[in-house]
Amino acid sequence: MRAKHAVTALSAGLLALVTGAHALARDVGDQYGPEANGWFLQDAATPVMEDLIFVHNLVQVIITGIVIVVFGLMIYICLRFRESKNPVPSKTSHNTLLEVVWTILPVVLLVIIAVPSMSLLYKQDRLPETELTVKAVGGTWNWTYSYPDFENVEEFVSNPLDETQAKAVGQPYLLATDAPLVVPVNTKVKVLVTSVNNMHSWAMPAFGVKMDAVPGIINETWFEVTKEGTFYGQCSEICGIRHYYMPIEVKVVSQSEFAAYIASGGEPEDKFAGLDLNETSGAVMTAANR
Amino acid sequence: MVALPGADIPVTHSHDDEKPGFFARWFYSTNHKDIGTLYLIFGIISGVIGGYLSFMMRMELMSPGIDVFDSAHTYLVFVTMHGLIMIFFMVMPALIGGFGNWFIPIMIGAPDMAFPRMNNLSFWLLPTALICLLVSFFVPGAAEGNGFGGAWVMYPPLSTTGSPGPAFDFIIIGLLAAGFSSIFGAINFITTILNMRAPGMTMHKMPLFAWAVLVTAFLLLLALPVLAASLFMLLTDRIEGGTAFFDPARGGDPQMFQHLFWFFGHPEVYIMILPAFGIVSHIISTFSRKPIFGYLGMAYAMVAIGVVGFVVWAHHMYTIGMDVNVKAYFVLATLVIAVPTGVKVFSWLATMWGGSIRFTVPMMWALAFIFLFVIGGVTGVMLANAGVDTYFHDTYYVVAHFHYVLSMGAVFGIFAGWYYWYGKMFGHDYNKFLAKVHFWLFFIGVNVIFFPQHFLGLNGMPRRYVDYPAEFALWNEVSSWGAFITLASVVVFFAVVIEAFLMRNKRQVGNNYWGEGATTLEWTISSPPPFHQFSVLPRIDGGSDHDHTEVDEAYARRLGDENATDI
Ligand code: HEM
Ligand SMILES: [Cu+2]
Ligand SMILES: [Cu+2]
Repeated sequence: MRAKHAVTALSAGLLALVTGAHALARDVGDQYGPEANGWFLQDAATPVMEDLIFVHNLVQVIITGIVIVVFGLMIYICLRFRESKNPVPSKTSHNTLLEVVWTILPVVLLVIIAVPSMSLLYKQDRLPETELTVKAVGGTWNWTYSYPDFENVEEFVSNPLDETQAKAVGQPYLLATDAPLVVPVNTKVKVLVTSVNNMHSWAMPAFGVKMDAVPGIINETWFEVTKEGTFYGQCSEICGIRHYYMPIEVKVVSQSEFAAYIASGGEPEDKFAGLDLNETSGAVMTAANR
Repeated sequence: MVALPGADIPVTHSHDDEKPGFFARWFYSTNHKDIGTLYLIFGIISGVIGGYLSFMMRMELMSPGIDVFDSAHTYLVFVTMHGLIMIFFMVMPALIGGFGNWFIPIMIGAPDMAFPRMNNLSFWLLPTALICLLVSFFVPGAAEGNGFGGAWVMYPPLSTTGSPGPAFDFIIIGLLAAGFSSIFGAINFITTILNMRAPGMTMHKMPLFAWAVLVTAFLLLLALPVLAASLFMLLTDRIEGGTAFFDPARGGDPQMFQHLFWFFGHPEVYIMILPAFGIVSHIISTFSRKPIFGYLGMAYAMVAIGVVGFVVWAHHMYTIGMDVNVKAYFVLATLVIAVPTGVKVFSWLATMWGGSIRFTVPMMWALAFIFLFVIGGVTGVMLANAGVDTYFHDTYYVVAHFHYVLSMGAVFGIFAGWYYWYGKMFGHDYNKFLAKVHFWLFFIGVNVIFFPQHFLGLNGMPRRYVDYPAEFALWNEVSSWGAFITLASVVVFFAVVIEAFLMRNKRQVGNNYWGEGATTLEWTISSPPPFHQFSVLPRIDGGSDHDHTEVDEAYARRLGDENATDI
C-alpha cells in the first residue's frame, strides 16, 4: 500500500515540478496549521481555542507589563544609584508597607488571571452533549481512527506522507497524512484517545486540543470546529524514533458531505487518484527536490 | 563545645595550612574546599559534554531535513543525555556541591562540613555515575540503535518495553548513584547548617546563601528518594517477567510513574535555582554596598517556595487526562508560587535602591540573572494555566520557559558565583575585560537561542523533534545562530580561566578584594583561605539587627594577626 503510494507520488512529483505544485493540490480545502515563519498562536477553529487565545492574550499583557516594569526599574536604579551618582549608600533595609504592597499586588494580578483561566479550563474539559464520537489510537508510528457510532465504517490507519508525496498533493510535509480523520463542521465531536504501545499525544493546535494517548487508559476530549478545511497537528508526547513523523490531519467537511462519507462506508479518499503515473521519473524528482 | 577566642590557640603557625600530598589531597579529600573545587571542575567537564550535545542538536535543527545525525534515534539520545547531564552533572554539582561545599562552612563560621568522609563519598559517586551515563551511549538501547532516547523524563512504556537494551539500565544505575550522592550531600549540609554555626550566628543572622542551601538540602532529602524509588521500579519492571508497576497489560499504571517523577521533578527545578537565588542576593548586596532588603522576607520566601514546590507537580501533566477539578487545584497552587518569587525579585531591586552600585563582572551576571529569570518566571505563569497549557504543553514554548530559568537563571547564577568568589577560591584575580567579553557573548548568545523558541512554541512546534515542517524554519535557524555565539562565549570563558591561571602570581588578591559591601565571613579570611579555617571559631556580634553578620571586633583583629603570621 505505502510502496504503491510512494511510486505514484514520486512520479506525480515531477509533473508537479513542471506545472507548479499547487495546481495539482487535491481537494483538501483551505489548509490550517503552523504559519510559515509565524511567531504567534495559530488561528482559532473552535470556540475553546477562541477562549484560549483570549486567556493567553490577557496573561501576555500582564506578564509583558511585569517584565517592562522590572526592566524599567532596573534601568532607573542602575542610572540613578550608580557609584558615581550616589557615592554614599543608604542603609535602609525595611519598609513594611512596600513589602506588603508587593505581596498583595501579585495576588491581585493572579486573581485577575485565575478567573478567566478557570472558566476556560472547565469549558475545555467538561464534555457537552456530544453529537459524534471518534476514536484515535496511537501506534508506532501512526494514528488509527474509527467511528464507534457507525458500524459500517471500518477503522483506518493514517500514515504520514513522505516528502515527495506531500509535494505531489500540495500538502505540507510532516503535517500531511494519506488518510485524514474526517469530521463534520459545527458538530460537537467527542474524541477518545488511547495507545497500543508507547505514549503519544493527539494534538490539534487550532482546536485548542491536546490529549495524551496512554496505553490501558481511554482519555476523552472534545471539539466543535466552526470552519471547513484541512487542519494539521503533530504527535506531542515523545514516543520513540518516529515521534516527529506521525502527524495528525483532520478534514472538516459540511454535514451533508460527512453524511455521504459515512454512507459510503468511510473509505479514505485516494489522494493520489488522478495524478499522472510515470514509473521512471521518481529518482529525477528526488534529485530535483534537494 | 564552643571554642572561645584564645582558648585553643594552635601551637604551630603553619598548622592551619598543612596540606597532604597530591594523591591524598585530591582523591582521599575530606576537606570541604578541596571537595568544592573538585565539584566545580567536574561541573565544568560535564558542562562541556552537555554543551556539545546541545550544540549538535542545534546544528541538526538549523534547517529542515535530517542532515547532521545519521538517525533520529541518535538525536533523541542526545536530547535525553543533554537534559540528564546538564541537570545532574552540571548545575547541581556546580551550585550545591561546588559553591555549597566551598562557602557554607566558611559563611556560617565552621571549620569544615559535619561529615567530611561522607562528603568525599558524595563527590566520588558522581564521576562513577557520569561514567555509567557515558557508557550508555555505546551500548544497545532500542532496536534502532545505541543509547537511550526516551527523554530525561523516562516515561514508561518507552523506557521499559520501548527501550529493552542495556543502555537505559546504565542510566538507571548512574542516576541512582547521582541521587545517593545528592542525598548524602543533603544530609551533610543540613547537619552542618543546623549544628555547626559559629557562636552568635543564629538562624536569622545566617547569610542567605546558607538559607538557600538549607532549603535546597531539604528538597533534595525529600524529593530524591522518590526518584530513586521510581527508578528502582522501572528497573524491576524492565526485567523479563519482573514487576508490573507501570505495565497496563498486567494491571500497572504508566501514569503513576509520571506522578512519581514530577513529585521529584518539580522540587528538582527549585533545587537548581534556590542556590542561585542565594548567590545573587550576596552579589547584589555587595555591589550596592547595602544590606539585603527584607532579609527575613527573602529567607522565608525561599522556605515558602520550597514548601509549595511539593504540591504543584501535576502542572507538568495537564494533558494526561486528569480530572478537571484536580487540574484546577494544580493551577491555583502553581500560581501561588509566583508570589514568593515576586517577593524575591522586588527585594533585590529594593536592595539596589539607594545603593552605591558598582558594575563589576559578578554584578553584571547577577543583574542579567534577575532580568532573565523574570522572563522565564512570567512564562511559567502562562504555563500554569492548564487551559492555555493544553496548547503549549510539549511545545518549544516550554523549552523556552525552562531555559530562561535554567540556562539563564541557574547558569547565570553559577557564573555570577564563579566571578564573585574566584579570587577567594584561588587567590588571584582574572582579566576583567575578557570576563566582560564572556558575559556579553553569553548573554547575547543564549537570548538569540531561546527567545525565538517562544515563537516556535506559539506557532505550535512540538519539542523533541529531529525534523520539522518548513513553516518553522526561520526561527529555528535564528536559534541555531545563537548556538554559535554561545560557543564563542564558552571559548572566551576558558580563555579567562587559562589567562588567570598563567598570571596567578602577578594578581594576588587580599582578604576582601570587593571592599566595604562584602560582609559575610569568607571576606574576613585570606584568599585562598587556609587549608583549615576557623580553628578558633569566630563570634558573631549579638546585635538585634539581623541584616547582616558582623564579626566580633576582637576576633577580626586576632584573625588579622593570624593571617599575618601565616603568610
Ligand atoms: C514562577 C514560577 C514558575 C512557574 C509558575 C512554572 C510553571 C511551569 C509549568 C506549568 C511547566 C509545565 C509546562 C509543560 O510541560 O506544559 C513548567 C515546566 C518547566 N519548568 Fe517551570 N515554572 C516556574 C519556574 C521555574 C523555575 C524557577 C525552574 C527552574 C529553575 C523551572 C523549570 C522548569 C522545567 C525544567 C520545566 C520543563 C520540564 C520538562 O517538561 O522537561 N520553572 N514550569
Ligand atoms: Cu510521539
Ligand atoms: Cu514544575
